[in-house]
Amino acid sequence: MSQSPKIELGRRYRFAASHRLHTDKFSEEENARVFGKCANPYGHGHNYVLEVSVSGDVDPATGMIANLAELDSFVEREVIAVFDHKSLNEDVEAFRSVVPTTENLCIEIFERLKNFPKAKLERVRVQETTNNSFEYSGE
Amino acid sequence: MVLITRKIEFSASHLYHNPALSPEENRRVFGKCNNPHGHGHNYSLEVTVAGEPDPITGMVLDLKELKEILEREVMQRMDHRFLNYEVAELKGQIPTCENISRVIWQLLEPKIKQGRLHRVRLYESADLFADCYRNGLDAGTF
Repeated sequence: MSQSPKIELGRRYRFAASHRLHTDKFSEEENARVFGKCANPYGHGHNYVLEVSVSGDVDPATGMIANLAELDSFVEREVIAVFDHKSLNEDVEAFRSVVPTTENLCIEIFERLKNFPKAKLERVRVQETTNNSFEYSGE
Repeated sequence: MVLITRKIEFSASHLYHNPALSPEENRRVFGKCNNPHGHGHNYSLEVTVAGEPDPITGMVLDLKELKEILEREVMQRMDHRFLNYEVAELKGQIPTCENISRVIWQLLEPKIKQGRLHRVRLYESADLFADCYRNGLDAGTF
């Protein structure tokens, strides 16, 4: 058989949240022009799908890169509990001054997950709708 | 370079059990996956090959040939099988997504002559999958 490949474990999570794309640095007209419907004043929501990929040695005793229960509870605590059924603009400190686009959401989630102690975080991918998804690998 | 992905699905059963651990430890580490008679999944496999399209055919590879390789190497070996007992390449390993995808990579990699195997993604369910890419360290067996 050939050389072993590099292996990553991927796990999907879901959360629902609202957001509004708007910045105080623009006039109302500019906000409407740049962000379109996403600038509507009361916000709107999405069912987000979060895909987390981690890498590391596969433990020969368990066949696993990371214990799923540990990964799940880490993601639950760091991301799902913080974002699910929240207003990203109002309820998440990081988005008080940063526009909660899904690009910025990816970066925020990566920062929250990068210290997972049991495996290396390779990337996060966030699907905002079935037609839009974004990825961030830390650089 | 262009990436081309072919998807196949197979159904198989497995269980997680390490004979070096006590029954209690097996239960603690593997949970429901340690149930003695096993359980099954509908696995979904995405195989991605990288290459330059041939200037005459416009193809990175002959998809029919890839389909035959997947049928021979994966379907015949794993579809409707009990992975722990019926797949020789998994002997001595826990048949997790990580280990199954690595075995599939190692089976396919030398067989793909047109283009180069780029990624093997194996879904155990919609929410759990493993990706294999070129270059990695050998993991041992118990």
